[in-house]
Amino acid sequence: MAKLAVQIRFIAVALALALMLALAAPASAQRVDPNASAVQEQQLLKGLSTIQGRGSIPDVKSYTLEHPAGRDWRQFHTVWLKWIGGLAIIGMLAMLTIFYMWRGRMRIEGGRSGRKLVRFTGVERFVHWLTASTFVILGITGLNITFGRALILPWMGPEAFSAWSEYAKYVHNYLSFAFTIGVVLMFLMWIGQNFPTAADIQWLKAGGGMLKGHHAAPPAYKFNAGQKILYWLIIVGGVAMIISGFMLLFPFYYGLNVGDMELAEIFHGVVGVMFVALIIAHIYLGTLGMEGAFEAMSEGTVDLNWAKEHHSLWYQQEMQREARGKGEPMVTPTPAE
Amino acid sequence: MARMKVLCDADRCIECNACVTACKNEHEIPWGINRRRVVTINDGKPGERSISMACMHCTDAPCAAVCPVNCFYTTADAVVLHSKDLCIGCGYCFYACPFGAPQYPKVGNFGSRGKMDKCTFCAGGPEADNTKAEYEKYGANRLAEGKLPLCAEMCSTKSLLAGDSDVIAQIYKERVSKRGYGSGAWGWQTAYRENIAT
Repeated sequence: MAKLAVQIRFIAVALALALMLALAAPASAQRVDPNASAVQEQQLLKGLSTIQGRGSIPDVKSYTLEHPAGRDWRQFHTVWLKWIGGLAIIGMLAMLTIFYMWRGRMRIEGGRSGRKLVRFTGVERFVHWLTASTFVILGITGLNITFGRALILPWMGPEAFSAWSEYAKYVHNYLSFAFTIGVVLMFLMWIGQNFPTAADIQWLKAGGGMLKGHHAAPPAYKFNAGQKILYWLIIVGGVAMIISGFMLLFPFYYGLNVGDMELAEIFHGVVGVMFVALIIAHIYLGTLGMEGAFEAMSEGTVDLNWAKEHHSLWYQQEMQREARGKGEPMVTPTPAE
Repeated sequence: MARMKVLCDADRCIECNACVTACKNEHEIPWGINRRRVVTINDGKPGERSISMACMHCTDAPCAAVCPVNCFYTTADAVVLHSKDLCIGCGYCFYACPFGAPQYPKVGNFGSRGKMDKCTFCAGGPEADNTKAEYEKYGANRLAEGKLPLCAEMCSTKSLLAGDSDVIAQIYKERVSKRGYGSGAWGWQTAYRENIAT
């Protein structure tokens, strides 16, 4: 009996072993491919613009393994921005040149009366020139980053151009704060006079009197429709430049990634060159383009006839105010000449 | 002349960070600057891979294209180097770089960056080879001594290969054909617009 039990046990064990081998055999016959489930670069790049992983150093930016979208930004910065900026600025200069040749300088039709009207107070002029002077410097130092390498570097030489560009970078960074203050003050100071009125529609319909000949300037209050459009473009453009600029000034702060930085640069660049083109037109109209306009911002006063011709409604308001004997003296005596 | 390239065999990298340490030590890289780093994709999941990444020394390098002061140059060995004397620390090369290679020391307020620093393929900079000035700005110039980059030389699994394109591509091809698999030369398509056919 005992012998039979041993035999049965032997057969059972043999069967069990055979079964195990039979089950195990297909597995061992398979080729091991540790790469089968491995991450594939091309697959990762197909779905995402970046390949993100985990790193072991504190710099979170370094956890981005690959960011091929940098190539697109390069295309924008080296090709598109140059075209957009070049067309906007050269286009504006060309338009103004044609306009000047066609229309000439807009004169005070009635000639100078010799009597002056206060147009901008000292505070207004300070805010204007704070914004204007910083804008011009920011514009030049900003354009240098995009156009300097092609336009200035060849004749300045690499060492001098680098020295100037580094200085320009710091100036651009730090003057941004003064410019921001200027835009904020300008917004608060002039917003009351820049809401649209019925007169603005007329002014726009008449093209501001700039397109037609003599005595065509339509009635306007302190600011005409063109100036109001300029005001709002400066406020909107200024805020856009300030936000994107501070993103660039504080790179990678508050979770900004490299894609956000590229977008900020694209935005800052495109709005920036448009802004420069806009201000070139503003400078033209405020100086060469119109007789008697620049003194409004330099001395704060304008000639009575200039006010009558270009801002007739404002002129009437000021005259009424003076008649009521209120406010500051509007008309100053003619200086002896 | 050789066409120098870097290849990280992701199937061999064990994320030991020896390449990072070797680089830091060889060039006396300050804290906060990482010319080379190891990034792990799908960490802790099946198919996880680690890749050692630094400047790939791209063909038609994006950094050089966007630099506003044109401080980059490519050596006869196709190594992308730059001049710290000309660099103004604008940070644009980091935006353009597909590999996050450029590094900047923090030198002032806000986000102001100092002169950019990056992997030199152990080839120094524009200064005369193996001078004190070159070492202080760019680190060791091993290529001038006839040696290859230290990160790859010290790689414990020989995952990281640095050297002539044809040679390292051949080594990688042989590996892949022997072991029967390979997850490809990471970054090559982006950096060199070509891949290794395996």
